[in-house]
Amino acid sequence: MNRRGFWGDVRKYRTLLLMLAPAVLFFLVFAYVPMAGIVLAFKQYNYGGGIFGSPWNGLDNFRFFFESGNAWMVTRNTALYNIAFIIVNNVLQIAAAILLFEAVGKWFRKISQTFMFLPYFISWVVVGAIAYNLFNYDVGTLNVMLTAIGLEPVDIYNTPSYWPFILVLVSAWKTLGYGSVMYLAAITGIDTEMYEAAEIDGANVFQRIFRITIPNLYPTLIILALLAIGNIFRGDFGMFYNMVGNNGLLFSATDVIDTFVFRSLTTSNEIGLSAAAGFYQSVLGFATILLANYAVRKYDKDHALF
Amino acid sequence: MSATTTTNDKPIIAQRGAGKKQYDRVLLSAIGYVFITLLAILCIIPFLMIVSSSLTEESTIVENGFQLIPAAFSLDAYELLFKYPGQILKAYGVTIAVTVIGTATGLFLTAMTSYVLARKDFKWRNSFSFFFFFTTLFSGGLVPWYLMIINYLDLKDRMLVLILPMLLNVFYIIVMKSFMSSIPEAITESAKIDGAGDFRIFMQLIIPLSKPALATIGLFIALGYWNDWYNALLFVSNENLMPLQYYLYKMLGNMDGMRRAMISSGAVVTMNIPTESLKMAMTIVATGPILLAYPFIQRYFVQGLTIGAVKG
Repeated sequence: MNRRGFWGDVRKYRTLLLMLAPAVLFFLVFAYVPMAGIVLAFKQYNYGGGIFGSPWNGLDNFRFFFESGNAWMVTRNTALYNIAFIIVNNVLQIAAAILLFEAVGKWFRKISQTFMFLPYFISWVVVGAIAYNLFNYDVGTLNVMLTAIGLEPVDIYNTPSYWPFILVLVSAWKTLGYGSVMYLAAITGIDTEMYEAAEIDGANVFQRIFRITIPNLYPTLIILALLAIGNIFRGDFGMFYNMVGNNGLLFSATDVIDTFVFRSLTTSNEIGLSAAAGFYQSVLGFATILLANYAVRKYDKDHALF
Repeated sequence: MSATTTTNDKPIIAQRGAGKKQYDRVLLSAIGYVFITLLAILCIIPFLMIVSSSLTEESTIVENGFQLIPAAFSLDAYELLFKYPGQILKAYGVTIAVTVIGTATGLFLTAMTSYVLARKDFKWRNSFSFFFFFTTLFSGGLVPWYLMIINYLDLKDRMLVLILPMLLNVFYIIVMKSFMSSIPEAITESAKIDGAGDFRIFMQLIIPLSKPALATIGLFIALGYWNDWYNALLFVSNENLMPLQYYLYKMLGNMDGMRRAMISSGAVVTMNIPTESLKMAMTIVATGPILLAYPFIQRYFVQGLTIGAVKG
C-alpha cells in the first residue's frame, strides 16, 4: 500500500490537493513571489526594467538608509513603542481581568466588559477622528477643558514630546478589552482548589491575588509577551498613520519602520530605499521571532510556534 | 443584549462563609468598582464625544470647541449628509459589496484549507502547514507586494484589489484547523465507507459541524473588510471605488475635499457647510453599523479569542 510512490500519492490525495490549491496559489502570489522581489533592495529601480530588469546598485540603498540616520531613528522608535505597549497593555489587561473576576458583580462585569471591548471593533480611521476631536488645537476637547480651568492650550500636533504618551494610551485603550478577555479566560482556568486551600489557611483576598492568581497567569503572560517581543520590529501602521499621518514635525518621535517604508514608496517614490528598509525590517523581524520562539520553546514546549 | 463574560457565574467572593472579617473584600470591591468604572468610562467616552460633537451647532464648535454636552443642539450635519448622500452612499455600497463577497469567499476558502490540514491521514499536512505558516515569519516587505499588485496583477483601481489581498489569513486557518481537528474522525470514516468523496464530506458533514468556528472566523473576516482602509489608501484613487473607512479618512484630512464632495453630491456652492460637526457626523455614519451590531456579535469574538489566542 505504501509503495505507490509520489505520483501514486498525488492521485490518492487529488481531491484534497485540489481543495488546497486556491490557498496555495494565494500565498504563492501574495507572499512567496514577492519574497523574490527583495532583490529590489539591491537595485536602482526604474519603471522600464521593473523588478527583475532594473540595474543592480549593490548596497547603495542600504548605505543611504543608514547614513541618513533614518534607520536608527525608525528602528529605535519601533522597538521602544512596542516595548512600552507590551508592558503597559499587559499590566492594565491583567489588572482589569483580575478585578473583573474577583471584585465586581456579574451584571457590572458584563456591562463594563461590553464597554471596554468596544474600541477593538472600530477602525484606526475612526480612532484618528477621535484623536482629532480631542487634540485639535482650536476646537479640541482637551484645549477646551484646559482653557476652562485657566491653563494655556497645548499644541499637540506640533509638539513631538507629547506623542509617546498619547500613542501608549491609545494602544492601551484599543487593546484593553481584547486582552482582558484572554486573561479572564486564563483566570477562569485556575484550579479552584488552590483558592479553597488558601481560604482555609486564612489568606485575605489580596494575598490570594498576589500569591495564587498572578503567579498562575505567568505562563499566559510570558507566552503572550514573548510572542509580542518576536514582533517588536513590526510597527502598527494603521495606528501610527492615522494618529500622525504625514505630519513631518512629529516624525522624530513617531516615525516607525512601517510608516517610513510606506512614505518612501508612496510620497517620495524612492523605491530602492523603501525596499531596502523593508528588507532590513523583514530580516530583523525574522531573527527576533526565531529568538522569541526559541525562548518560548525553552520555557514551555507546547506553546512554541514551531 | 448578549454581553459576554467567560468567567463562571459564581465568583469566589460569594463562596466564602459569612461571619468572618470581610474588610479585605470590601476594600477589593471598592478598588474594583472604581477602577473598572473608570476604565469603562474612558473606553466609551470618546464615542459619546463624537456623537455629541456631531449634534452641536457649527458656530458653537467654532467658538467654544467640542464639548461633551452640546451648548447648542443642531441636526444640521446629519441633515446635510442625508440630503446629499451621493458619495457616502457609494462608499457604503463599495464597503458592503467588498465585505459580503470577501467574507463569503474568504470564509469558504479558509474552511476548505483548514479541513485538508486537519485531516490526519493527509500525508503532506505538515509540509503545507509550514508553507502557510512561514509567510507570517518572513515577508518580502511592502514594496515587492505593492509592485506585484500594481504591475503584475494590474489590480489598481479595481474592486478586486479591496478583496483579494485580505482573502486568507494564516491565523484564521490555524484557529479553524484546530477546531476541525477536534471533530471525531469516526464521523468522516463512516461517510467514507458509504462512498462519499473528500469534498462531499467537507461540504455536507464538516461545514455543518463547524458552525461555531465559522461564525467566529466569519465575523473576524467581515470586521476586517468593513474596517479596511489600507488597501484603498495604496491602490484606489477612483472616487467611485472608495470604501467607507477610506472615504472617512479622506474627508477628515481634507475640508476642501469635503466641500467638493458635498457639492458634487448636489449641495449648493455658496452653502455654509458645517465642516467640524460634519466630520463627526460622518464618523458616526461610518461606524454606525458596527456600533449597532456590536452587542449581538461581541460574544462570538470572545469565543474566537479564547479558542485560538494563546495557542497560535
